[in-house]
Order: sequence, then C-alpha cells, then structure tokens
Amino acid sequence: MVGLPVEQGLYDPRNEHDACGIGFVVNIQGVQSHDIIVKGLQILINLAHRGACGCDPETGDGAGILIQIPHKFFARECAELGFTLPPVGEYGVGMVFLPVEPPHRLLAEGILERIAREEGLTVLGWRDTPIESDAIGRIARASQPYIEQIFIGGAAGMSQDALERKLFVVRKRAESEIAASDLPDKSFFYIPSLSSRTIIYKGLLLANQISEFYKELSDPDAVSALCLVHQRFSTNTFPSWQLAHPYRYLCHNGEINTVRGNMNWMHAREKVLSSELFSGDLKKTFPVIAPGGSDSASLDNAVELLTLAGRSLPHVMAMLIPEAWDADTTMRPEKKAFYEYHASLMEPWDGPAAIAFTDGRSIGATLDRNGLRPARYLVTHDGLVILGSEAGVLPVKPEEVKFKGRLQPGRMLLVDTTEGRIIPDEELKERLSSRKPYGEWLKANQITLDSLPEPPRVYESDLGSIVMRQRAFGYTDEDLRVLMLPMAEKGEEPIGSMGTDTPLACLSDKPQLLFHYFKQLFAQVTNPAIDPIREELVMSLTSYIGTERNILAETPQHCHTLKLPHPLLTNRDLEKLRRVSVGDLLANTLPMLFRVAGGEKELERSLDSLCRRASLAVRSGYSLLILTDRGMDEEYAPIPSLLALSAVHNHLVREGTRTQVALIIESGEPREVMHFCLLIGYGASAVNPYLAIETLEDQAARGHLPAGLTFEAALKHYKKAINKGLLKVFSKMGISTLQSYRGAQVFEAIGLNKSLVERYFTGTASRIEGVGLDVLAREAKMKHDYALEAVSEADTELDVGGSYQYRVRGEYHLVNPMTVSKLQHAVRQENFATFQEYTSLIDNQSKELRTLRGLMEFKLAEKPVPIDEVEPASEIVKRFATGAMSFGSISKEAHETLAIAMNRIGGRSNTGEGGEDEERFKRDANGDWRRSAVKQVASARFGVTAHYLVNADELQIKIAQGAKPGEGGQLPGHKVDEIIARVRHSIPGVSLISPPPHHDIYSIEDLAQLIYDLKNVNPLARISVKLVAEVGVGTVAAGVAKAHADVVLISGYDGGTGASPLTSLKHAGIPWELGLSETQQVLVLNDLRSRVRVQTDGKLQTGRDVTIAALLGAEEFGFSTAPLVSMGCIMMRKCHLNTCPVGIATQDPALRAKFRGTPENVINFFFFIAEEVRQWMSKLGFRTMDEMIGHVDRIEMRRAVDHWKARGLDFSSILYNPQVPRRVGRRCLIAQDHGLDEALDYQLIEHAKPALDHRTPVEFSVPIRNVHRTVGAMLSGEIVRRYGSAGLPDDTIRFQFSGSAGQSFGAFLAKGVTLTLEGDANDYVGKGLSGGRLIVYPPRTSTFLPEQNMLVGNVVLYGATSGEAFFNGMAGERFAVRNSGATAVVESVGDHGCEYMTKGLVAVLGRAGRNFAAGMNGGIAFVLDETGEFSGVLCNLASVDLEPVVDPADMQALQNLIVRHVDATGSPRAKWILENWGEMLPKFVKVFPHEYKRVLGIPKHQPVKADVAHPLHVTPGVALKHEAAHG
Amino acid sequence: MGKVTGFFEYARETPGRRPPADRINDWLEVYQDFPEDKVRTQGARCMDCGVPFCHTGCPLNNIIPDWNDLVYRDRWRAAIRVLHATNNFPEFTGRICPAPCEAACVLGINEPPVAIKVIEKTIIEHAFREGWIEAEPPLRRTGKSVAIVGSGPAGLAAAQQLNRAGHTVTVFEKADRIGGLLRYGIPEFKMEKWVLDRRLDQMIAEGVEFRTNVNVGRAITGAQLQREFDAILLAGGAEQSRDLPVPGRELKGIHFAMEFLPQQNKRCAGDEVPEQILATGKHVVIIGGGDTGADCLGTSHRQKAASVHQFEIMPMPPSDRAPQTPWPLWPLQLRVESSHEEGGVREWSMATTSFTGDENGRVKHLHGIRVGPAPKFEPIPGTEFTLDAELVLLALGFTGPVKQGLLEQLGVAIDARGNVATDANYATSVPGIFAAGDLRRGQSLVVWAIAEGRQAAEGMHRHLMNAESLLAGHA
Repeated sequence: MVGLPVEQGLYDPRNEHDACGIGFVVNIQGVQSHDIIVKGLQILINLAHRGACGCDPETGDGAGILIQIPHKFFARECAELGFTLPPVGEYGVGMVFLPVEPPHRLLAEGILERIAREEGLTVLGWRDTPIESDAIGRIARASQPYIEQIFIGGAAGMSQDALERKLFVVRKRAESEIAASDLPDKSFFYIPSLSSRTIIYKGLLLANQISEFYKELSDPDAVSALCLVHQRFSTNTFPSWQLAHPYRYLCHNGEINTVRGNMNWMHAREKVLSSELFSGDLKKTFPVIAPGGSDSASLDNAVELLTLAGRSLPHVMAMLIPEAWDADTTMRPEKKAFYEYHASLMEPWDGPAAIAFTDGRSIGATLDRNGLRPARYLVTHDGLVILGSEAGVLPVKPEEVKFKGRLQPGRMLLVDTTEGRIIPDEELKERLSSRKPYGEWLKANQITLDSLPEPPRVYESDLGSIVMRQRAFGYTDEDLRVLMLPMAEKGEEPIGSMGTDTPLACLSDKPQLLFHYFKQLFAQVTNPAIDPIREELVMSLTSYIGTERNILAETPQHCHTLKLPHPLLTNRDLEKLRRVSVGDLLANTLPMLFRVAGGEKELERSLDSLCRRASLAVRSGYSLLILTDRGMDEEYAPIPSLLALSAVHNHLVREGTRTQVALIIESGEPREVMHFCLLIGYGASAVNPYLAIETLEDQAARGHLPAGLTFEAALKHYKKAINKGLLKVFSKMGISTLQSYRGAQVFEAIGLNKSLVERYFTGTASRIEGVGLDVLAREAKMKHDYALEAVSEADTELDVGGSYQYRVRGEYHLVNPMTVSKLQHAVRQENFATFQEYTSLIDNQSKELRTLRGLMEFKLAEKPVPIDEVEPASEIVKRFATGAMSFGSISKEAHETLAIAMNRIGGRSNTGEGGEDEERFKRDANGDWRRSAVKQVASARFGVTAHYLVNADELQIKIAQGAKPGEGGQLPGHKVDEIIARVRHSIPGVSLISPPPHHDIYSIEDLAQLIYDLKNVNPLARISVKLVAEVGVGTVAAGVAKAHADVVLISGYDGGTGASPLTSLKHAGIPWELGLSETQQVLVLNDLRSRVRVQTDGKLQTGRDVTIAALLGAEEFGFSTAPLVSMGCIMMRKCHLNTCPVGIATQDPALRAKFRGTPENVINFFFFIAEEVRQWMSKLGFRTMDEMIGHVDRIEMRRAVDHWKARGLDFSSILYNPQVPRRVGRRCLIAQDHGLDEALDYQLIEHAKPALDHRTPVEFSVPIRNVHRTVGAMLSGEIVRRYGSAGLPDDTIRFQFSGSAGQSFGAFLAKGVTLTLEGDANDYVGKGLSGGRLIVYPPRTSTFLPEQNMLVGNVVLYGATSGEAFFNGMAGERFAVRNSGATAVVESVGDHGCEYMTKGLVAVLGRAGRNFAAGMNGGIAFVLDETGEFSGVLCNLASVDLEPVVDPADMQALQNLIVRHVDATGSPRAKWILENWGEMLPKFVKVFPHEYKRVLGIPKHQPVKADVAHPLHVTPGVALKHEAAHG
Repeated sequence: MGKVTGFFEYARETPGRRPPADRINDWLEVYQDFPEDKVRTQGARCMDCGVPFCHTGCPLNNIIPDWNDLVYRDRWRAAIRVLHATNNFPEFTGRICPAPCEAACVLGINEPPVAIKVIEKTIIEHAFREGWIEAEPPLRRTGKSVAIVGSGPAGLAAAQQLNRAGHTVTVFEKADRIGGLLRYGIPEFKMEKWVLDRRLDQMIAEGVEFRTNVNVGRAITGAQLQREFDAILLAGGAEQSRDLPVPGRELKGIHFAMEFLPQQNKRCAGDEVPEQILATGKHVVIIGGGDTGADCLGTSHRQKAASVHQFEIMPMPPSDRAPQTPWPLWPLQLRVESSHEEGGVREWSMATTSFTGDENGRVKHLHGIRVGPAPKFEPIPGTEFTLDAELVLLALGFTGPVKQGLLEQLGVAIDARGNVATDANYATSVPGIFAAGDLRRGQSLVVWAIAEGRQAAEGMHRHLMNAESLLAGHA
C-alpha cells in the first residue's frame, strides 16, 4: 500500500485507526439525475469538519463517493475512445489505481486483462480518468497513483449477478497475483471498484477537492439515483489513497474492535466455505479478508463475499452486525431466533459503527448494537432520502420535509430503488426472520448443557494433595486471601488502590504464570469503552460451540451447536461434555503436561505432539477438544495452559481446521479474571478451573469462609465474580459479546521473544523481545520442584506472593518501607543527601530489576557541562505537574496542599474529575492559590461548568487513567458529603458514577469536537488529552494531535488510583517507557510532534526517571504517588475504604484531622527531583531541558544484563530514532491552529457587547448551519469570566437562530443567555449547560408532527449542571446523560435516557427508549407512558422506582413545566396534554431514584404519601414572557 | 484485615504489670494475664497496610498483619501457622523483644501502635495450651550432619530449621544447661525458664541432640568437629564484656553484669552457687543504662539491695520519639522498663572516674563526674561526686565474640568490628563453617539472633544440598 510507512521502531501500521463522517442521498424511485451527485458532494463538504488533515493542511485523510455506473456518460466517452459499450448491466467498470511509471503500469494492466480473459470476460477498453492534480495537496500528490478505468464485458447470456461475481473473482485474483508478484511499485495497484452497478471515486482528498479532482463528476451526463459519500479522519497522517472510503459495498464511521479475531476466524473457516453460485471460483477469491486492509476494508470484504454468495445485503448486515438481541425482552421470538441462528454461524463484528451500504440498487444504513455513532436522515416530499452523520448536511426547505428521523441502535434503514420505497426496520427484520423456520431449526438442533444426560461419575476433589497442586500451579497466599476469597464472599472482583509498583513478569525473580506476561488492550479515543453494568442489555456471555459449517449456506444443521450461557464449567458440566454424544458432537481429551526434567526441549516436543494429536482428533471427527492438565506427578508438570491452548489454536488455524472444533480448557491454573480473559481471548470456548473450584472447597473445609457461607454459595459467587469481570474486560475494549471476544487476541505481550510469539501467539504485539520457551520451562520446573518439597507445619503452605501488599519475601515494590521512609525524611528535613539515598534505592537496579528504565543506561557526555551552567531548578519545576486526583478521592486538605505547592513553584496541579470549589478560584490573602491550574474534564463531567473551565490554564480531557484504562468509577454515597456534593453538583449521600466512556467521544472526530468546545469556552487554556500507554497509543496520539490538542499525556499503566478492580490495576496497559517512545516516534514520523507537547507520568520517582522520560521525548512530567508520599502517604492501599490513617484519601473529618502534609514537603520533593535532573543534565552535557528532549540516542540498553529472564530483552524498538530531516521537529515548536476564527460566536459576542459590558439586554436573529459548531460557548466563557458562575440575569442575551445547528449547540451556555432555534440540531445540544436556556422547535412551515420527528441529536444535555431546555420534538440516544441540575422538556427520547443522572428534572412527553434511567441516582424524571411499555420493559429499574404522579407538589411542578414548554416552543402536543390534563396526568410516571429517596428518608418501593413534599430542584427561573395564568 | 475501622474505634491496650511492691518479692514474670477477647480487639486495630512497616521493622519479617487479622477472626490455629512460618520461638520474642515492629507500625505515626507483641505472645500461648505445638520431625533424613556451637537463640533457631530440613543436628553448649543468654542472662522475671524448657522438649522430640558442658575448642577441638560434621555453625554469642578501665577497677565487688545475672538464674533453678555475688543489703551501682543494666536493677531489688543507682553516660533521651529518629526508625526515647518502676535512681550524663575501696580491697566508693553529650563526653567542671558503692555492676555491653580457643583454632576471618565475617549465605572464610547471631552481628536482640539462625540455616541447607533453593523461604 502506498503511503503507510513500513513497520519500524514501535510503529506498526496495523494500529492505524479511522473514523469519519458518512452520508448518502437517494432518489427513492431510482430516478437518476446529475443533481443527486451534486447533492452527495454537497453533503461531503458539509461534513468536512468531521475529517482531518495532518501536517499538510491541503491533504485530507481521504474522501470518496460511490455512485451508480453513469452509463450515458461512459457510453459517450468510450465512443470517443473508439469502443462501444454494451447495454447497461452487461459490462463492468473498474476504477483502477496503477503505478505511475508507464512500464510498471502496463505490466499491471496486462495482468488484469489476462485474468479477465481467463475468467471468460472481455476487456472492452481502458480509459484514462481525467484528473486535476493541482486540486489536491502536496502530500496527496506525492503518493497519487495513475488512475484508469477498465471496461469489461460479460460473457454471452450471463446474468448481471453472475457478472458481478465474475468481476469479483477477477478483482480478487488480480489483487492476490500482483501482491505476490515482484512488479515494481506494485503497492500503487488497487481497485477501488469493479462492478456493473457501482463506481467509486475516492482518494487522499479533502471533501471539497473531489469534484475538482475527478472532473467527470461535474459532467451533466454523470447521473445516478444514489450517492454514498464518506469523509475520513485517520489517526495518522500517513497518506494512503486506498484507505479512503467508500469500499465496494459500504462506508463506515466507527471502529471494529474485534477485527483481529474476525479476520482470524474468517481465515480459519475458508477451508469449509463453498457456494454453488461460485462453483469452482470461490478458492480463487481467498483470502477472504485482503491483508493490509483497515477494519472497515475487512468488513467490506466479508460483506462482499456473503452478498455475492447469495444473501441479500440487509441480511448480511444483520448477520455481521446484529442487534443486541440476547437480553432484549421486547423482541419478537422470530426475530430472536433469526439472530440466535446466525450467532451459531459466526461471531459478530463488534464495535461502534454507523455503516452506510449499497449494492447499487438499494441503499441503506445500520447502527451497531450500542448506537454509538450518529446517523440522521430526512425524507422529502419529492422522494429523496438524505442520510448523514449530522442533520443539516443538505439544506432542504422546511416545507419540503416529510419526515426527520435517526437510526437507532441495531436498527437498519433501507431504500429499495427497485421497489421504489423505504423499507422500515421492522418490516425488513420481519422479512429476514421469516425467510426460514429459524426457531424450529434451533429447537430441533441446538443443545444445552441441561439437556445432556448426567455423567456417570465426576472427578472427586482431592483435598489431600491440594497444597502440592496449588504450588505446582503457582498459587500464592495472596491468590487465596486477596483474590479468591473476596470473590467467593462478595461475588465481585476485589478492589485495590494506588496502582501497581511490582516488576513486570519479565523482570521478576519469582516464577510467573505465563498469563502475567500479557497486558489487556483497551479502548481509547478511536472507540469507546462500554459500561457493562448500566448498559448490560448489550452485553452477552453466551456462546455456541461445536463444529462450524459453511457460512455461505443456510441449513438446519448450522445451528447444531451447544449453547453455553457462560464460559465457566464445573466438573460436572465438563464431564457432560466429555461424554456428549448428540449428533456429531464428540469430545476428545488431550493432556497438556510435559516431562519437566527435560526442560525446553521436552516442553517444545510436548507442544508439538499436542498439536499433532489435535490435528489427528479433528481428522477423526471430534468436534470438542478438551485440553487438560490433570494428572501432574513427580515426573510431569503442567504446560502453561495458555501456551498449550494458543499453540493448538494457532496450529489449527494454520491448518485450516480450526472452526471444526471447539477448544475447552480443563486446568488447575486459571483462577483470576485475567486468566479467563486470556484463555478466551486466545480461542477457548469454555474453561473448567478445577483447582480453583477445589480450592474454594478446601477453604470451606478449613473453615476459612465467613460464617454461613457454604462451599456451594462460595462457588456461585466466584463464578458470578469471574463472569462480571469478563464482561468488564470485554467492555474496556468496547466489545460486547463473548463470541466476538473469543480469539480476538486483544492483548499485548511484554517480554516474550519473537520466536515464541510468532509460533504460539501469532499476531500478538510483543515489542521488546524477552523470554522464550526455555524460561517458561524453567518457571514450570521451579513451581514443580516447590510443589514436591515436603510441606510441614512450620512452612507457609503457599508462597506469600506479595504482589498486592508488600512482603519481604514477595515481589519487589518500588514503593517499599525503605523508599517511603527515606523520601519522607528527606522532604521533611529538607535534606538532599537523604533524598539521594532514596533515589539510589530506586535507581540502583544492578542486582534487582524493577522497571524497563532501570535497564537503560545514559551515554554521558565526554565533557560534562558545569552544573552552574545548567538551567536552574526553578525553571525545571515548571514542567512538573501533579496527577489528576479528585477532591473526593483525596481530602480537601491534601488536595489544596498540592495546589498551593504547585502554584508556588509554577507547576500545575490537577483537579481530577471532581470539579473544584469556586472559593479556590481567588487567591488567598497570603498570596497562596488553592486553584488547580489543570481542570480535568472526565467522563462524568462533575462540576464542569463554564465557570470551572475559564478558571484554568489547562483543560485536560481524561480519556483513560493508568490504573484502570477503559473503566469508569464510582464514588460511594457515604463519601459524598455536603461540600463534595456542592462541588460536583450532586446530592449529598448519593453515589456518583463515572461512566467508562465520555458520551461525547465515541470516535476521534468526536474528540476533535470536544477539544473545539473547550477551546471555545476558554481560548486561553491549553487543551490536553490524557491517554494510557498500550500498543498503538502512538497512532492515537497522532490523531489527538490532529484533533488539535495542545498537549498529549501518555500515562503508564502503573499509575495510582483511588479504587480499581485488581485485574485492571495489574493487567491493563503498559509502562510509559513503551508508550512514550511509541508516541514520540509516530509523532515525529508524521511531522506532528512540533504541534503538540508531550507529557508523561506513571510512578516517576527520581531525577533519573525524569531524565529518561525527557530523552524518550517528554517535555513535561506528572507525579502523583511520590508527592502523596511526600505529604505523608504510607501506601496503605486502602484509599477505596475511606480509612486513610494519614488523612489523605479520606473524607472522614476525624481522619482528615490527622493530615500533616505541607506545601513545603511537596515543594522540596519537586526541587530535589529538579536538582537531580540538573545533575544528570550536566553529566549528559545539556544546558537546557529543551535541548535534551527526544535525544533518545543518549540512552542505551545496559550492556551486561545478567538476569535469567531479562537477558533476552531488546530495547532497540524503544530506542529507535526515526530518520527524518532536521526540519521535522522533535519537540513542540509551533502552536496548534484551533480554527476558532470561523466561530459564529465572534458575531454573537459583538452583538452581545452591551450586555457583556453593561448588562443591557440584547436580542438578535442569526441564520445557522451545521458547520456552525459549539455556538454560544465562547460567549458563555466571556460572561463567566466577567460575572462568575452567577452569570447575567435570565434572558439578558437572546439569540434567535434558524436552520440546522451544528454539534454542541449551546454547550456550556451560561446563565443569562437564551438561545432559540427554529430548525433542528445535531448531537451534544446543551452539553455542560451552565445556567443558560435553550429552546428548539421545528420550522414553523414544517408539515410534519413535531413530536414524531427528530429534532435534536444524541447525548443532549450531557453533564449539564444548571439551566433549562425545551425541545419540541424527538431527541436521540442518551438524552440528559449525567445531567446534574438542568431542567428539560422533550417529546420523545431514544435509548439510555437520563442515564447516570444525579440531579435535575426531566419531562418526557412521549415515548422513551430502552434502558431509561440506568445508573440514575438523583433528580427526577416524569415520563408520559401512554402504552405501559415504559413501565413494563423500557425503563431500567435497577436504581429507580416508578411511581404515579400523586404528590400535589409533583403535579404542580409537572404542569408548570409543560405550560412553560408550550410558552417556549408552542408545542401542539404539550397543548393537547394540558387540554386533556385530567386524562393524561395518570399516564405520567415519576422516575424516582432509590438513592435519592434514601437521602430524602423515603423507603424504597413505597409510593410516596401525598403530603410528603420534597425538593424537586426545579429551577424556578425567571418566568418566560408569557407565564401561563394557571401555571 | 481485622476490622476496617478498628484502628479508630478501639484504643491500644496492653497487659499491665503486677504491682512493683508485690513483684519484687518473687521471681515470677512481671506481666499480668491479658484475656484473649481483649487481644482480639487489639488485632482489630491492625490496618492491614499495603506496605506493612511492622513487617520490615521486625528482624524476622513476621507477617504481622496476617496474624493480627486471624486473631481478630478467632482463627488461632491459622495464626500460629503464619507466626511459626517466620519465627521459631514466638514465646521468647513475645516476652522479651523490645518490639521494633511496634515502633514501625503505621498506626504509630499518629496514634499508639498496634499491640503486636502481646498478640504474638497470646497466639503462641494459646497454641501451647491447645496442644498444637507438637514435635515435627522431618519426613526424611538427608544423611548430613551439622554441629552447632552455642545454644542461644541463634543456635536454637538454626538447629530447629536444619533438623526439620532433615539434617542430623548436634548442639554443643559449654554451660550446664541449654539456652545461652535465654537461660543465663534473661532474668526469670522477664521470662520464666519453663518457657525455654517447653520449647527444648519439642526440639529434643524432633531429634535435635543437645550436648551440654562441652566447651568446643577445649573439650573438642575445631578440627575434630570439622572431621565429624558436614557443616558447623558458630553461634557462640558476643561474650566479651566491655570493661571500664578506671583506677580501682581491680577492687573486689566490681563485676560484669554477666557474672552477676546467671548466678540468680541458677539460684532460681535450685542450684548451689559458689562465689556468690549478691546485692542483698548493699549499696549497688549499675554502670550502663541499657537493658542489661535494667536486668541488674530488677535483680538487685529482688535481692533486697540497700540502694541502687543506675548510671548512663549518654544524656537523658526525650520522653517522646526524638526528631533524629523519625518513624519508622527505632526511636531514641526514654524507656521505662519494669525494673525502673521498682525503684532505684537513674542518672544520665554520668562518667565514672575511679573506685576506691576499703582495707579489704573491697569497693567502697565510686567517684564520678557529669559529662557533656556524645561524642566527646566533656566532663563538666564542678560536678564531681562520690557515691557509696559496695557492689558495682558493669553493664557496658559487649565487644564481640571470644577469639581465643575455637575461633583461633578454626582460623575464621574476623571483620573490622571484631565479629566473625561471613558472606550473604552466612558462610565464614572456612568452607563448611557458618556463623550466626551476636558472634557474627555483634551484640543485639534475641529477635535478631533468631533471624540470623534461620537465615544461616538456609545458607547451610543450600550448601549441604548443593542446590540453588528455588523459592526463597523454604529451608
């Protein structure tokens, strides 16, 4: 592929991501016109802001357009070229990208022609596609291919479908053959489309360049009835013409998280694919998934094959991207059966996706099960359907609009031009599900565990040998005490705090489990994590195991599978499977043991033999393979179960037989969530953790379980905890179902060598080499030897572990008694010598290895710089920041001490996610400033008001946090006191949930939007984005730089936290050394480094650490643990319990009184660090930090690593230095252009000047379009800067807009501003609303019923803290998500309404979608439930009660609200409701959160007595102009 | 972890001592009983720290949080397993250890620390009472033999560890009874000797052979020992007492503490003691303000001395933790031992300049002067004094092991501080010979001696089995 650099250093092209804007326009009747193309291009231009450009502003990330073959145009052109085209449908046109050099081009053309002839087709001729190279950017030009069109005629009598299939075969053959050839410049070769129906014009273009570049798109003869368009935003800027969308059948906005697994499984099932339609041709088209494609391209490959093999396009889409059907109680059984049948065929392609697709006849779009991408459409009276990522992409006169809608999660919209109508989702799915008797097929063929006969005998527990076996499988005392028993007791995974500080598995002296060499990947920026608890309805652990069949066919046999509700098997379950004999299900058990004395050789031999036996078993017809490590003895030790599994899995994948069997693990090894994740992630269908189960039994027998807890109950809890943990890990990656997670390999290995990974963990990233089979064999032997030692009373039965708590004989901890006490002594006594004793304890890793940086050495200067010539410490400390710790997680005293210290030295402290008390915004009398320079904007948006935002030097968007990337958090109610509640805009005593994702960042272009929002409110603040190191973080960082962040922060996985599940704490993310250097390399390669500052953090403890980070490319440095220790933290690791004995991580007043930290402690720490940095700079020969940044050439790997594990490590990829010209900056040198100049707010501010200066009311009317984003935010910033959070009197500033507003309309709108919009608006309306008032209603000239039409988009009022909003129409998904104080009226909402709401009042005057009120802990909602469906199934009752509206105060409040809604919007529906108040009132349901009730002292599930009045938090507000008389 | 909020719900409580007026009339231990339910409440105060400083504060690295928790949960059987995993003799340390663990306890930063010591003692006494402390002979014998010279806490700990690892262990003791300082150094009122005997019974039952009255180096030469045994552990202690070379030192009635204290142990055991040194009816001056001095003090009172003075050359420490020894370091601070409660005069910054005696050559007066602080101890003019002194006990510490005899015969290298030098495995310069305890470390605590004995045993086991021990902690 031209454009993408080859893999180098830590850059791997596989990590490229993209996301985008999509759209289509179609004439329902199939009437072709040139106008459709013009309109399509117009959509593209109006979506331009969803794309991005890199270092060259003229080169976009790619844009494209798909249209029907413009036959008239081609016929005319070809005639001129001297050949005649047959009638439309009888020939195909290929757009072909070719090498530029003529000889190479001719060779490629020749190959294509030959293949076409070989397939029985006729090459009619070639046509040079006229292009205008001057229209595009420098970088795009540099990689521009030669673009031609080939015309291929079908064979006589060939149907058009047959021709399509042949053209497909030709294209696939040509792709494979040229890829395999040694044709020079072959990477230019690419066929965007080759079809008799559609043609694609795309390239490395900006939206507005397409029609100039492809001149023929402007030809009036170029006509089409449909037009599919796409504007790309890629994380990197590596120019690639081929990765532009559309692909042959679709374009995609989002990301397929499971693509690695999907590709592997598609590859694995090729052997059994067959199709009568293709006869012998099918094999020619393999591999199904072309290598080197993006996730979207891969999905397109799958769609293409399945469609050409006979399924309809909607059928294929429903099969690949199914709805969340498992837990949907509202779904019809036929439809469920359809989905369940297809689930036994193949795993879903999972991830956020809005997909627009077409086969040239029908065109449609679908959303993923979570509905995480926007898709709005409208239908006109004259028969057009216009769909786009945003509303308003094509201006249509209001009176011409027949209907406005949006795609809902999992739903599909289809326009069939042959039928000449829109087919709604219901009908479409109805048609699909009635194609075959799927339900009957399932009933007849599907097997469940319960239906299998009881096994005659089951393995007995052997408690006598349990200690021996626990030792052999590396059990530690902590495994029991810290992990398993808490799970058995509480049914959930235990929580820990303060991060991890033990060595990586590859550096540890202790024998490790192979599991621990792996780290979980997680979603950040390019795709969102999911909340597996509050959005449980999309999650599923169900899987179908057994032989997979030919997915191109559809028979009852296809669902002859075993359905497992979850992957944990008890001994009894397993025995049932071992003895199964139903249909062709047959199990075989293979041992995973090896002769331990033989070491590496025996291990390898045993793996080989295991693989051979697996192959044999498959050939013999077994469909379930049970890999077991039962039966270890003095001679035989268990092979690490993951190794055995992955070896067999990869072996069978290579052999092409993998889908014929399911792999089941029967092992003593797995016991914690991570272990199960890995086994499933590398292909296991189910796991029987027999030793874990026996261990629980043993603990019960010994009386170690809490009183009253039986073994059976303990086991049930343990299973529950593991299952919940699995869902949590899946959801961190944005994956919803076990079926898609299986085999998805979403892990990175740290410290496994290449040969091991390539052979047994094919495709897994492992970038610093490390251990191989020899070490794994040795570790197995160590455990085995230990197991066979005699056990005596005086011996602890198991190794102490020491991973979670410091133990002398356990794992090493960076933060240990010596380092804690030395550091505290140093900062308290202001003693630099003691500080250096502290740092030498950490830095000196000659004997014991602890960190990757510990293995690095400096190349010192031959002539050191005299220390007094080195930049002073007082300058260096300005680069230091303290980490994001919220007020709430730490005490007021601790939080303010950090802020005072950092403000005194010119560094930056960070609010964390909890908001900040306004009292702290002003300086204290003594000159100290308790304000945090960095204000964090995290997923919960606690206290994120306009006033908060303007009181910052830096606004930090927390995408992830090191200790628990991809996860949300929860502040338990008992920690939420009056002050915290005030600061967080919530209710005292009510728990506060931080969602896993930002609900306004599901994709990279969303991040750009949020950055734009924040920059608007506070143009003076720099915007930083906090990421966590993982493989691919560099490309994400590049995307972030392109989204115009000023700073990107790369956090190591080991950062502290107030509370995190232990799985995340230990096993997610990677050290910053890797993440930082990958970031530096990718940013430099992209020439983006000079536009963005890079910060890093993660257990930075010494001047040496900082120096290494600077040399690896960081300009700024964050610290949390060490400053906390300096203030007195002694690493209790009990932050989550509110019992911190030194008054830091607690809100208990008695404990807070024990806080003894001072700003001086912290200042001393930072100055000591800076002083050490100076000493290193002197030795390295640098006078300033700036000189030092990015000088990775001054680091080398320690020469003599004499450690049995670490000697295999190789840091050359970390220390790789991309060879780029000098002009490419290696540190930040230029400021980002945020494009604020175009903001509509400049106009607004100008108009509002009298109000801003003199509080004089103003009123103006302004037209608005979707390209006007974040309207009102900058104005609001101006207001709060002057008038604080009190803002201006209501209605002081009034703007009346007409048109379609762009995203974030009215974001952070301050008090005193009223924005009225006649038209519609996109996503994020009223985001962070800060006291302002928003009114939106449809154009007065509209012909449709407002309450049935889409008015405002998704995620409206996200994190609003106060203010009001009135919407005369429907809102999308996640209305009022995390609302903490705003009042809103809307006429219908999509799924997940009022999710995580903590305060405020919402009235929904119509239908609310599924999962309403999930995680809602505070505030009140009134929903008009006319059908009973809301109360019956749609509302999530986990945290709320539903009650009739009987309290007079409630009745009054609701009525007032509706009256005001009528006044504001003129809503006909609201009027009608008021007119029929007596009849309608009983149909309203009051949604009342349990927690809110509890703090009000009202018992749960008890209707409120009519005389109990409680605060409703209705903003009384200043009455609107015409306050209703009866209001 | 005990109880999450235990540390701020419950106050520290430790067993009281019997009233001084009672206890100076007998030789029984000074402590009162402490009910187990109170001990369990004390266990609930433990915070189960992420970084338990007690665990490193303890030389044995006792896994204190774990057994605190188990005691709280009433799981005594499990508690003694965890305690025994790191400490062979919790009944000794539970009585006489100054508890550096408590000084390092995190709760001690701003509250009285967890009462670790009494929890420890209660666990082991509970276990003995329940009959859980049984002989644990090895399952297999390795066929290797080990000689241990010295039966103090280091020698005993090593003996038990090595015996349990399957080696055949012989312990040589020059005195008439086993126990070293535990037997003839620690006064009865701090640890009654049945406590020691009880443990020795277990060791004998496990197969450890004890040979008393054998002065290795005289009765048996080092060479003989080397021939007969596969490995030797030197654990003879630091028996060289520090002297006070001032005029009059040669007078009768001036004795080292270690001449005085063992006699009382023997008397308590019912032995006839020749050449009795008794405080009864005498003006006693104890020189040296440490633990040994305190033991002399308590013993003198019980012998009904006419008066007792205890002098210390260092200035009086502060009553709370001194700033130069911040938490979690062992605090410099004034300690009041049980003996100090029983009477006598404690004086600080005192230097003895000479003794004068009567006509019989018996000491009669001590002449001294007050001095300034360390390191110079400048005499303060005009503060000279004279004090009646009929028995002077020198408790000035020890200068190291006795070199004559065995150490010279074996030719083991001596370090700069006069102790036997070893490597990290506790091996001396002579192959097959190891050293542990005060002889290697210099005078120290019983808890350190046990720790040294255990670690030396691990080194010896590795040496004997010629194997790399794969997992630490399992000798």
